[in-house]
Amino acid sequence: MSPVIEVRQLHKSYGDTVAVDDISFDVQQGEIFGILGPNGAGKTTTVECIEGLRSPDGGQVTVLGLNPQNHRAELTQRLGVQLQDSQLPDKLRVDEALDLYSSFYRNPADWRSLLEVLGIKDKAKTRFGKLSGGQKQRLSIALALVGSPQIAILDELTTGLDPAARHDTWELIENVRDRGVTIVLVTHFMEEAERLCDRVALIDSGRVVAIDTPANLAEGVETGQRIQFRPSVPLPGQLLESLPDVTDVIYRGDVVVVTGNSNALNAVTSALARNQILARQLRVDQANLEDAFLALTGRPAPQTQPAKQGA
Amino acid sequence: MSAITVAPPQTPASPRTNSNSSSNSNSHGLLKLTLTELKLLTRERVRAALPIAIPLILIVILGNIRSLRQPQAIYGGESFIDLYTTTMVVFGLALLALTNMPMMLADYRERGVLKRLQTTPIGPARVLAAQLMADLAVAVVMVVAILAVARIGFAVPLPRQVGGFVLAAALAAAALLSAGLLIAAIAPTGRVARGIGGLLFYAMMFFAGLWLPIPSMPAVLQHISHATPLGAAVPALTAAAEGSMPTALQLGTMAGWAVALGLAAARFFRWE
Repeated sequence: MSPVIEVRQLHKSYGDTVAVDDISFDVQQGEIFGILGPNGAGKTTTVECIEGLRSPDGGQVTVLGLNPQNHRAELTQRLGVQLQDSQLPDKLRVDEALDLYSSFYRNPADWRSLLEVLGIKDKAKTRFGKLSGGQKQRLSIALALVGSPQIAILDELTTGLDPAARHDTWELIENVRDRGVTIVLVTHFMEEAERLCDRVALIDSGRVVAIDTPANLAEGVETGQRIQFRPSVPLPGQLLESLPDVTDVIYRGDVVVVTGNSNALNAVTSALARNQILARQLRVDQANLEDAFLALTGRPAPQTQPAKQGA
Repeated sequence: MSAITVAPPQTPASPRTNSNSSSNSNSHGLLKLTLTELKLLTRERVRAALPIAIPLILIVILGNIRSLRQPQAIYGGESFIDLYTTTMVVFGLALLALTNMPMMLADYRERGVLKRLQTTPIGPARVLAAQLMADLAVAVVMVVAILAVARIGFAVPLPRQVGGFVLAAALAAAALLSAGLLIAAIAPTGRVARGIGGLLFYAMMFFAGLWLPIPSMPAVLQHISHATPLGAAVPALTAAAEGSMPTALQLGTMAGWAVALGLAAARFFRWE
């Protein structure tokens, strides 16, 4: 299947600041594709090039076979957008906003049922300025979907929402995807990317660090396992440090945190057993997307720069 | 969670260039956007009412002064209030175009309203067109209200050369709205737009003879006045009110300003 979005060697600078250095990825039809990265990584600039709001300095962007710069009229019909920090006039009512936006499209969705799905039907007559943060966010999702787009780009979708609203929103996004809409999700929430995305592009300093499923990304992290426990007696010096499967040992008061490869748990428990030490409150963490992110972006990454905490 | 009505997606591989249905939905969108702007204007009660109310209030106050209603030889047999009515038309147009409109647009840009609209098929040009049309509609209401109050309340004759009056008023509005767009283009925030607009408003109204009638100005100032948009507008409207066509130079001056300022606004306009 040919991708619905192709980004090739995208480059974009603002003056001396390089926002996007070299980014390439494909988005397949029907998937939820995450663009994940810290603030200032170039996520928003990348999607704004896809939306046609910015012209790339280098590289190529193709969306639904269209050039976002040259085919704006057609692209905007088929691409729904939720912008980070964009507002509506305070005195515009929710129903008026949806009615207005749906008049721009040749094939609009029924905005009344969108309101219902998004749980803001009772706010139809409310002015934008009187909506809560969560309600504004829902309205902006509704506006992104009102043109019946084939692709929806959602930038920082759940920022500012409380946990309950966030989970509702995730459910909604999955629902929209199940209807055949391809979704590009820009986020800096690991949990959101892990929960929603079929594939994730990790972006850091304007470059793609990795593209894979959240599970594969987490699996590929060399941190392997993190074992945390409270030993029954203080550990003899270098007992765990000398184990080949262990990469790092941190003492936090009487808690010991061991990181190592996938065999580390076996090695640690055997070493403790040999010395008749009990491991109390034992906890083993698998690496998640967050660890993958830390590892891949080279920020305080556990296996390359062991944190020296405690004593 | 209940089902969502999203139309089945079209095949992604076939970019359609269905300009017919696009332009249909977009002219519909333009109308909707214009009506929405008007609706929003009426909700901004103070902001919408001021450009209409201030000239009307001034006419009512000055019209109630008996001596100002007497024909004067120095005004060529007209009364002060006759001439002042024309000045108030220009005054109201300038207030609307130089303070209201740029503030509104700069405010929209600051809040990302324009950027959001940019991602829809409505397109930037129609967003500005809707704003201009809404302001033009308010301008028409304002001019009619001023002429009606002056006529009914203070027996100021309606413009005798109607075509000339409409033409001059339209060109004056065009020049002023272009200036307003330019302010909106260069002002980073609504607050700054209001500052620049206010300054320009007083400068332009000075040359329009609001404080010192143009014929009473020193010769140099008179020349400068006639070269400014409103310094051309006031004599043009006055001439039309008295029954003669405005001169080609007056109309050309206003048209020239409208084009020059409009081009500059288009050149510098930013959506975010």
